[in-house]
Amino acid sequence: MSDHKEEQIHFPYLPHTKEDRIKMLEAIGVKSFEELIAQIPKDIRISNLSIASGLSELELSQKINQLAQKNKPLSEQISFVGGGVYRRFVPAVVPSIVSRSEFATSYTPYQPEVSQGTLQAIYEFQTVICLLTNMDVANASMYDGPTAAAEACAMATRITQRNKVLVAHNINPEYFSVVKTYTKTCGLAFETIDFSAKEGAIDSNKLNIDESTACVLVQYPNFFGCLEDLDVLAQKVHAAKALLIVACDPISLGLLEAPGSFGADIVVGDAQQCGNNLSFGGPTAGFMACRNQFVRQLPGRLVGVTQDNRGQRAFTLTLQTREQHIRRAKATSNICTNQALNALTMLVYLSLLGPNGLKEVAELSLQSAHYLKEELSRIPNITIYFTKPFFNEFVIETPYEAKQVLTLLREQNILGGLNLDRFYPDNVHFKKCILIATTEMNSKDDIDKYIEVMKQVISNLNGKAHSGNCISPLVSKCL
Amino acid sequence: MNKLIFEKSTKDRQAILFPKVQVRKKNIDDLLPKSFIRQSSPSLPELSELEVVRHFVGLSNLNHCIDTGFYPLGSCTMKYNPKINDAMANIAGFRELHPLQPEDQIQGALELLYSLQQNIADIVGLPAVTLQPSAGAQGELLGLMLIKAYFKNKGDNSRVKVIVPDTAHGTNPASAALAGFEVVEIGSNVKGLVDIDSLKASLGPDVAAIMLTNPNTLGLFEEDIQYIQKLVHDSGALLYYDGANLNAIMGLVRPGDMGFDVCHLNLHKTFSTPHGGGGPGGCAVAVRQHLEPFLPVPIVKKNNDNSYSFDYDRPQSVGKIKGFYGNFGILVRALSYILAHGANGLSQVSKDAILSANYLKSKLKNNYQFPYTQSCMHEFVMSGSKQKARGVSTTNIAKRLLDFGIHAPTVYFPLLVPEAMMIEPTETESKQTLDEFIDVMLQIDKETIESPDIVLNAPTKTPVGKLDEALAARKPNLRWNPNS
Repeated sequence: MSDHKEEQIHFPYLPHTKEDRIKMLEAIGVKSFEELIAQIPKDIRISNLSIASGLSELELSQKINQLAQKNKPLSEQISFVGGGVYRRFVPAVVPSIVSRSEFATSYTPYQPEVSQGTLQAIYEFQTVICLLTNMDVANASMYDGPTAAAEACAMATRITQRNKVLVAHNINPEYFSVVKTYTKTCGLAFETIDFSAKEGAIDSNKLNIDESTACVLVQYPNFFGCLEDLDVLAQKVHAAKALLIVACDPISLGLLEAPGSFGADIVVGDAQQCGNNLSFGGPTAGFMACRNQFVRQLPGRLVGVTQDNRGQRAFTLTLQTREQHIRRAKATSNICTNQALNALTMLVYLSLLGPNGLKEVAELSLQSAHYLKEELSRIPNITIYFTKPFFNEFVIETPYEAKQVLTLLREQNILGGLNLDRFYPDNVHFKKCILIATTEMNSKDDIDKYIEVMKQVISNLNGKAHSGNCISPLVSKCL
Repeated sequence: MNKLIFEKSTKDRQAILFPKVQVRKKNIDDLLPKSFIRQSSPSLPELSELEVVRHFVGLSNLNHCIDTGFYPLGSCTMKYNPKINDAMANIAGFRELHPLQPEDQIQGALELLYSLQQNIADIVGLPAVTLQPSAGAQGELLGLMLIKAYFKNKGDNSRVKVIVPDTAHGTNPASAALAGFEVVEIGSNVKGLVDIDSLKASLGPDVAAIMLTNPNTLGLFEEDIQYIQKLVHDSGALLYYDGANLNAIMGLVRPGDMGFDVCHLNLHKTFSTPHGGGGPGGCAVAVRQHLEPFLPVPIVKKNNDNSYSFDYDRPQSVGKIKGFYGNFGILVRALSYILAHGANGLSQVSKDAILSANYLKSKLKNNYQFPYTQSCMHEFVMSGSKQKARGVSTTNIAKRLLDFGIHAPTVYFPLLVPEAMMIEPTETESKQTLDEFIDVMLQIDKETIESPDIVLNAPTKTPVGKLDEALAARKPNLRWNPNS
């Protein structure tokens, strides 16, 4: 609270002067501001909040920068961390367009006559998602990939009028947790599908589908980077009259066959990799696409084409009778605000890359990952854990606890990947497993350095293990 | 007519080039089985960089936004979005931070989250806060999940209903239904406030909660709130606060002190984060201590050595409702906003928001019909029924406003006011802007008498004219098709 006795006159962003306030009170016909809020019962009024006094822009900038400096972002180290969120190159055009006031400071396009920019961009976004996934129709975006997956499961239960959701245990843990929470909330049955401990993918012969199964949710590539056999899965799922939901990686679709081509019924994913910043996990956008016959069960906003009274093509929010502001308790979802700006980011990104650029990014990621995998597999004591084909992420196993290996890599300024134990604490086999991702941001020099340092680390650990000495002060502190 | 970006595409153009593969390269056929390799490339647009830039700058020019003009869209709190907040969210230490980095590398981010939690707890008067929900509607869903978990934990499985007033935002009943509750609607009294008799009749051992917005969507403060909270709590139910209208009460009165047990805040409203054409938003949910065990994982906690960490060990938690830790970039902006204002500034924000709304109301009361005459909070609802009697609807008035470079108010909501216009000026608009708006509203009223065709044919100065929305729904065309 302010110590200043004198009355504060200026507040940030508030234009009213003392004189303005007096004039306005006079016009209203009250003597004091207090008269305007006389309805608020006196005994619950507070005199002031206890938070600190306001800061000037300079002080604010210094304070927030100090907090930022306590972080060590990926830009300050060599990183092979992925796990659903990937550091990728963001072309300069992307922030330049997306930060424009006209996109950033407008609201949901309720007045289409003055929102054609946002509306057309959403229509183009819907199209881009359909083209990437090879699906018929897509919505204007969801909060993120995990919530899109959860809404897709709920949608599948509405379409099939069945209650059970089957979720592969090798989908991204964030997706897994969110889907679990939503299904529980909606009163649906949630069952997991085990993955093959050897292959890393789902064994389609072990699907526990029955007549109550609404859908099967898998990820492509899955959390371990492996590619699921979507065509076989689709056949099995469809034979049981259930729906196949595929969570996909939009960058991989520059090279990988689209989920729609394998028969997926609903496809979801996350826009983070397409021009959106890491930003500690958000905001990003989720996307959701489906077959034409399911369009009226889609949650969220949809933009369609129409005409104006001057005969021009124009865009508007449409099929709104699915939505909460019309249907209230009977809506397909409660979603209102979505992630329009992050969806726009993805649209601008993909427009800059085009099909060729997207293929280049995908191939850079794929080639680097396979080169790294091959080189790491040559290091004695390192094995590649899963056998299924992968895109840009894979799992290795060493004889040592992943935590120990990663800590030693960090001493050389390398974030060597993710400790799988963190995500599957019940799986004893994963204690020594590391999930490693590459993108176009990993130069050959960085990858070669990783290989060299990993060799040293494994060899040192091997030596220490035999001599029985402690590894290093840092490691002992972390253990 | 604006071409679609796909219609501007020319084969083999490409705006952004990437480096060649530097590592030992293999044939893709050797790396992936043939069945996984994409047979035909997606028909993404192919343009030069300048073409892409012109396309999107061209689109942007078709939008109304806060930075171009007044945006009195009721319930949406379209206040100025300070530029410094965007700059703060874009510092490399935040922008380039991966959510799965080791905790010792993310201490600044954790401290920021913790600090925002503390500030929000103070603003709403409730002790425990999560920042995980993506937006208001998800915050509502979470709040209701917490209430459900609370009763389940108590062994009370009979509370299957949630009460919402007929003036509630559409998300309230939708969220309640999604959370598995039966929705019971109650009416409003002649003053536009919760009808106490209707509330009393609805309360019972089967009711889990009532969802209220205070001030309500008519912009009116529920002056019986203390009595309402007593009735609700005496019946064993909880009170849920929809924080969409928090901009009216900061530093004046707190949801916790009004008796609410759970509260969500839309950070993109009160705390000025940009709306982005419909998101990303940001949301906090604050609860009383007895609901704290059910909050989503992880919770940010401060350790004895002043370091911060994520707490995942919460056996009673409802789980996760969104990936990672909320819309972090939005949370940076919200904290920046709070720190810039401080206690006095936030309180002045609400006072000026109330003052400006009442000022507009006082200047429009002779020409438009006001169903509720008491002073309003940060927004008000008036009716276009006088104008409707002259053959001009609220839709027509809304569209006519667009011709003046002013965004329309929220219209036809809440439903109990015929020809409703919900107007929220916000505190960041100057008296000059408010006076200009008043002049325009009075002129439009005059036009409805003297030259109604001008209003009926509006808008004429916007990039497109009135749309055939029925056509869009009758023949849905939701995407461009490469074969068309």
